[in-house]
Amino acid sequence: MTLVTEIAILVLAGFVGFAVISKIPNTLHTPLMSGTNAIHGIVVLGGLLLMHLATGWLEHLLLFVAITFGMINIIGGFFVTDRMLEMFKRKPDPEPTAERAEQEDKQQ
Amino acid sequence: MSAGTIFLQQQNFIDVCYIVAFSLFILGMSGLTGPRTAVRGNLIAATGMAIAIVATLLTPHVWDGSSTPILIILALLLGTAIGLPAARRVKMTAMPQMVALFNGVGGGAVAIIAWVEYRHHFGGDYTLKVEIPSLFAAIVGSISFWGSNIAFGKLQAILPSRPIKLPGQAIINGALFVIAVASAIILASGTHSQALFILGILVTAALLGNMVVLPIGGADMPVVISLLNAFTGLSAAATGIALNNTALIVGGMIVGASGTILTNLMAKAMNRSVPAIVAGGFGGEVAAPAGGEDSDRGPVKSTTPDDVAIQLSYARQVVIAPGYGMAVAQAQYAVRDLEKALEDKGVRVLFAIHPVAGRMPGHMNVLLAESQVPYEALKEMDEVNPEFQRTDVTLVIGANDVTNPAAKNEPGSPIYGMPILDVDKSQSVIVLKRSMASGFAGIDNPLFYEPQTSMLFGDAKSSVSEITAAIAAL
Repeated sequence: MTLVTEIAILVLAGFVGFAVISKIPNTLHTPLMSGTNAIHGIVVLGGLLLMHLATGWLEHLLLFVAITFGMINIIGGFFVTDRMLEMFKRKPDPEPTAERAEQEDKQQ
Repeated sequence: MSAGTIFLQQQNFIDVCYIVAFSLFILGMSGLTGPRTAVRGNLIAATGMAIAIVATLLTPHVWDGSSTPILIILALLLGTAIGLPAARRVKMTAMPQMVALFNGVGGGAVAIIAWVEYRHHFGGDYTLKVEIPSLFAAIVGSISFWGSNIAFGKLQAILPSRPIKLPGQAIINGALFVIAVASAIILASGTHSQALFILGILVTAALLGNMVVLPIGGADMPVVISLLNAFTGLSAAATGIALNNTALIVGGMIVGASGTILTNLMAKAMNRSVPAIVAGGFGGEVAAPAGGEDSDRGPVKSTTPDDVAIQLSYARQVVIAPGYGMAVAQAQYAVRDLEKALEDKGVRVLFAIHPVAGRMPGHMNVLLAESQVPYEALKEMDEVNPEFQRTDVTLVIGANDVTNPAAKNEPGSPIYGMPILDVDKSQSVIVLKRSMASGFAGIDNPLFYEPQTSMLFGDAKSSVSEITAAIAAL
């Protein structure tokens, strides 16, 4: 790919990103941040692609750390986002039925 | 078919996988526009990530070398072993620290990858196309790594959250920035001993990361976290250009866009420009004069949980304005119980969420969602401000600067012009606070001295529980 093609992709991705993310409500901004934490874990690909080129223990060690970091981001980010979003999801029960309200009372 | 053709086809297949992966990222993010579709959106993005990783592992030569497979597998497992329990166990009140740490970890990975990439392309087939993005990624990734670690330290209270400033801070930061960029230009132009220069760049950027975040006070944290988020994303996108990897370019750019949007929103909600915040000194400079004004404000009224309970039970509408104090006291469950008790008495309860309440965008919403406050009861600032006139009692729980009427009435105040929650428009205001100490910005709050305001001193969680108990006893 030429540099120009890649810059075109970069710019278009920027516009798409702005369009999509502007629509996300304030309420969901924390999950948005942890979700984007997970997505920038994509740098793990860089570590994976470079590992076989590494020479010497230092580069091997550093790339090992980079892959570990990336993976922490991906796994940690997606899981914690899921945990948070589940909490938001169970909220908008359209109308809690009497039965349900009773159950909740009993729990207290 | 020659080996070359097979290689080509395989490469095409992998490139298509990357396109699928980044499409899923975008699709997943658009799911986040509502709470109902958000969980699925997150799963879709995670699927995209899985596809991108598998495709990369299928790339020719990735497994070449004797130690490569074991290192790759161990690193992937280790990352999972660290990330998973961290994500499972972290408390919702600690989310700002977690996000700061994740930003830093990502920035660190970018800086390392940029450095290794640079070393391998130097001298041989290197081109400016690899050089410029790698150097950019090395500088920005390193700033993000160190800056995020400092932010984490401040949020976790390992470091003091007040601004830490050196004399001539702005000049030092400027000089560091110039050194980093100049080294990068010298490197890219190509004749000097690369190894030392790239290390020099990483070290300068590391210092810069520390110096930029240390002078920033706790109240400015939402802006800083968002900004570091944007930095990490943009540096990842730059790495993508150096590595010819579309998934990295698009993924990084989405994060960059998200971080940029959030940074602007947060800065707007504080009526401050991003450069002014990065230049630092919200709290430090103004704390002293504001503290001196205390004496001419007159006395404050204090109240008891029983009195508050009576006031609340006979109200028609109550607005609760939470702030960082609610997170510190872990009071979100107690607040939910109070809300339920009031709803049972037929009182309408709303929550007024200021965009910069807490330490990161959306911090209060997550805590209240955790304690199962209904999504519809959470109102954004513009939505709730007209409600205050119709509100009998406003309960301010651990929020300070975002309710400070000085932002409207006192042109001399450092927060003048910042949009606030108009809590002072309600019939009466009850402020739950640990003591009379000023907020993190160190600015005195005239709200506390208003005739309709009374203060309930003590730990937010126990105060709220006592109020709830008193309501039940009525």
